Amino acid sequence: MMSRKMLDLWVGFFVAVGFAAVMFLALKVASTATFAAAEGYEVKAKFDNIGGLKVRAPVKSAGVVVGRVAEIRFDNQSFEAVVTMNIDKRYQFPKDTSAKILTSGLLGEQYVGLSAGGDTVNLKDGDTLKLTQSAIVLENLIGQFLFNKAAEGGDKKQ
Amino acid sequence: MLARVASLLEALGARVNGVVARLGFASRFFFALLRLSGTSFRRFHLTVREIYFAGVLSLIIIAVSALFVGMVLGLQGYDTLVRYGSAEAVGTLVALSLTRELGPVVAALLFASRAGSAITAEIGLMKATEQLAAMEMMAVDPIARVVGPRFWGGVIAMPLLAALFSAIGIFGGYLVTVPLIGVDEGAFWSQMRGAVDLHDDVVNGIIKSAVFGVAVTWIAVFEGYDAAPTAEGVSRATTRTVVTSSLAILALDFVLTAFMFRGA
Repeated sequence: MMSRKMLDLWVGFFVAVGFAAVMFLALKVASTATFAAAEGYEVKAKFDNIGGLKVRAPVKSAGVVVGRVAEIRFDNQSFEAVVTMNIDKRYQFPKDTSAKILTSGLLGEQYVGLSAGGDTVNLKDGDTLKLTQSAIVLENLIGQFLFNKAAEGGDKKQ
Repeated sequence: MLARVASLLEALGARVNGVVARLGFASRFFFALLRLSGTSFRRFHLTVREIYFAGVLSLIIIAVSALFVGMVLGLQGYDTLVRYGSAEAVGTLVALSLTRELGPVVAALLFASRAGSAITAEIGLMKATEQLAAMEMMAVDPIARVVGPRFWGGVIAMPLLAALFSAIGIFGGYLVTVPLIGVDEGAFWSQMRGAVDLHDDVVNGIIKSAVFGVAVTWIAVFEGYDAAPTAEGVSRATTRTVVTSSLAILALDFVLTAFMFRGA
C-alpha cells in the first residue's frame, strides 16, 4: 500500500493538472465575447427584411465587434422586423448612425454593420436608428437581374 | 389457453415489478448515500484515496485516447474543410466537438469501463467475502465508510478527467494540423476563440461531465452493493455496470444536449 504522502502528492498533481486543463479551455480556447446586459446600452433598428439574422449575432462597426443582437421582433403595425442591439458602453455612436445587415464571406453568418454618421449628439439607451438597409435576399437579387435582362431584351425588339 | 395467457401476463408483471423494485432500491440507496456522505468529507483522506484510484490511475488511458481522438478529428476535419477552402476552421471544429460532446462523453465511457467496473468489483467482492457484514457487526455503516468515499471520489475525478480529455484532444488536433499539415497557427487559434464561447460550450461541457460522473459512480457503487455474493454475481454486476452506465451516459447526453443547445 502506498504511503499517505505519496497518495496526497499524486492526487494533488491530478487536481492541479485538471484545473490547468479547465483554465486552458477557459482562457486559450474560449472567449467571453458576450456583453452582459448591464455594461451596454440598447439601440433599436427597424428593417424591411432581416434575412437570416439571429439573436446573439455580432454588431460590428469598421469590422470590430461592438455589441450583440439582443432581440428580434416582428412589428405588427408597420410590418417590419425590430432588431434590438446591445452595444458595449465603451463605444459611443452619433445619433444619425446607419445600420446594415451584412454577410461575412459568401457562406458566412449575417451580422449588423454600423456606419457612424456626423451628428454631434450620441445615441442613448432605447434610441431607434433611422437609417437602415435590409439584408440582401438572393432570390430577389436574381429576380431583379432577370427582370432587367428581360426589359433590355424587350427594348431591343422595338 | 387461458392459463397460458395468464402465465404470460404473470411473467410480464414479475419483470416490471422487478425493475421497479430495483429502481426504488437504487433511489433509496442513493439518498442513504447522500445522507451518510458526511464521513467522506470529515475523513477526507478516505476520499483522497478513491480520487487516486478513480482519477490518477485513469490519467494514462484518458490522455492517450484524447490525443488520438484529437489527432483523428484534426485529420478528418482538415480533409473535408480543405475542399471548401476553409482549412483554418479545423481548430473550431476540433474545439467545439471536444468541449461540447466528445470530451465529456468519451471520457465518461472510458471512466465507466476503467474506474466504474473496478469500484463495482471491489465492493462486490467485499460483500461476497462478508467484509461489509463484518463492518455492520462493528457498528460501522458500510455505506458511510466504503460506498461514500468511492462515490465522491468518482464524482470529483470525472469533471477533471473530461476537461483534461478536451484540452489534450485540442492539443492533438493542433499537433496534426499546424506543425504537420501546415495550417496557419494564428488563424487556428483565433478562429477557435471566435467560435467557442466560455459559457455555452466550456461550462456546459463541464456540467455534462459532472452529471455523467454522478450517474456512472452511482451505478457502479449500487451494482457492487447489490451484487449477488458469489463469484458469478460479482462478474455479472461488473458487466452490468459497464453496460448500464454506457447506455445512461449516451441517453443523458441526448437529454442534456437537447436542453443546452436548442436553437442556439
